[in-house]
Amino acid sequence: MTAELRELYNDMILEHAKSPRNYRALGEGSLHRDGHNPLCGDQVTVYVQLDGDMVKDVSFQGQGCAVSKASASIMTQLLKGKTRAEAEELFTAFHDLLTGKLDADAEEERLGKLIAFKDVSKFPVRVKCATLAWHTLHAALHGEAKAVSTE
Amino acid sequence: MSIPVLSEVSPRAARPEASPMFDVRRVRDDFPILHQKIRGKPLVYLDNAATAQKPRVVLDALQHYYTADNANIHRGVHLLSERATQDYEYARAKVRDFLHAADEREIIFVRGATEGINLVAQTYGRKNLREGDEVLITTMEHHSNIVPWQMVCEEKGAFLRVAPINDDGEILLDEFEKLLTSRTRIVSVVHVSNALGTVNPVKRIAELAHARGAVVLVDGAQSVMHGPVDVHDLGCDFFVFSGHKLFGPTGVGVLYGREALLEAMPPYQGGGDMIRSVSFDKTTYNSLPYKFEAGTPHIAGGVGLGAAIDYVQALDWEAVAAHEHDLLTYATTALSEVPGLRLIGTARDKAAVVSFTLQGAHPHDVGTILDQEGVAIRTGHHCTQPLMARFGVPATARASFAFYNTREEIDALVQGIHKVQEMFA
Repeated sequence: MTAELRELYNDMILEHAKSPRNYRALGEGSLHRDGHNPLCGDQVTVYVQLDGDMVKDVSFQGQGCAVSKASASIMTQLLKGKTRAEAEELFTAFHDLLTGKLDADAEEERLGKLIAFKDVSKFPVRVKCATLAWHTLHAALHGEAKAVSTE
Repeated sequence: MSIPVLSEVSPRAARPEASPMFDVRRVRDDFPILHQKIRGKPLVYLDNAATAQKPRVVLDALQHYYTADNANIHRGVHLLSERATQDYEYARAKVRDFLHAADEREIIFVRGATEGINLVAQTYGRKNLREGDEVLITTMEHHSNIVPWQMVCEEKGAFLRVAPINDDGEILLDEFEKLLTSRTRIVSVVHVSNALGTVNPVKRIAELAHARGAVVLVDGAQSVMHGPVDVHDLGCDFFVFSGHKLFGPTGVGVLYGREALLEAMPPYQGGGDMIRSVSFDKTTYNSLPYKFEAGTPHIAGGVGLGAAIDYVQALDWEAVAAHEHDLLTYATTALSEVPGLRLIGTARDKAAVVSFTLQGAHPHDVGTILDQEGVAIRTGHHCTQPLMARFGVPATARASFAFYNTREEIDALVQGIHKVQEMFA
């Protein structure tokens, strides 16, 4: 197995892919949006329960590759208790990480568990897998009516 | 119908060794791209259903055309234009020969199979479909043989009907027949399924459709690379294919249509080359095939496709069929032994395509890991989302073979799959 592959499919990603956290629907009063990647057929629904400006609960359901599932799972863990602005700020940092615009080692503290995705930038075709859930969450928070597509 | 199908070549398959009649090593030498390393490993190209690689003669023809003959066609009085026109029209003659069409007027150059289907939908379809009419396709169609019909049906108030398939991925002919009604105007079916490899009984389908008075379009995008086609034997009214899947360049393809139908169809696009005379009061259209070829075409593409046809016509197709069948049997057997692997598409008549899912690993992950091993396959829904829904999977991994593939390459695929399983164990 190549080192690059081990870095992409690290233990954190594999573990979350196998046992995704917050894999459930939220009930009434929650926001939800569908997202899909038409290139590979990945599909995700992200649910958010807001309390004022704060993300009180967040969950997801759907199907996708290990990278997309792990990303959705870790996203739901990180965002609970964050304000909308904090959630957006984290998404920006995550996006920069995936597109190689951010020094992962220098920003380790800010990224937290997201650091697990630092090697996705070496696999450009997989960046959309990692961002699908985040784009979908963004749409849910902004009340965008249209379903999210990576294309 | 001469495409190699399991049933036709099965006696040969019993041999333990690959076909000795077919010298795969020599054929591989004709394809420069195959001799390279991917991430330090020999390239194993198993994505031939997406696009086939090009033999040197095709690359040389493109180079020669642009180096020696390039000019615009059909109008110039100078020698280069004459040569370019000859090259292009000679390619059309080769296509006619390859498809066994009656006349070169029946060969329309288009961008690819997709454009060919859109052309028929927007000309024949728009002219002939009335409210309440029906277009009949099958569950295993590529999006390019679904969406153009949805578009014209919506415009005309016609209905799109879909013939079901069984769990092996074969059309249920009885059901198909029941869906043929007096309102069915057009039947459009795929010859070989890109996602399953199924070879459809298009000759029988054409007979049934014609008995009901419908015209028949056969999507040959995936069949032409597996052997020459005889449109008369198939009995179809339209046949489309893409050059790049026949070892030729991208951006050029062919629509074959029966002359009488093409004559009666309105033009597709307006512009230069498709007219006889233009005034602001009235334009008269050019004769076939030019009526459907507005604008400067992909001349080099046509020339390259001609060279590709020369190349495949020189192959011993009986030997090729035996070799491809051997690859299919070998791959099917090897993959069937992988625990947790489910083959999607197990039709009796199959081209050399294996589609599968792997328990515990998404096809996208399978593709990434195989790529690290130098093995190029396709993962996803293969532009057949309704078909994926029929099998209850979001996507599959697909290895598709050409005659230049080898058993050793299938071994590399299987070893790669074992690595996927290690990772996701």
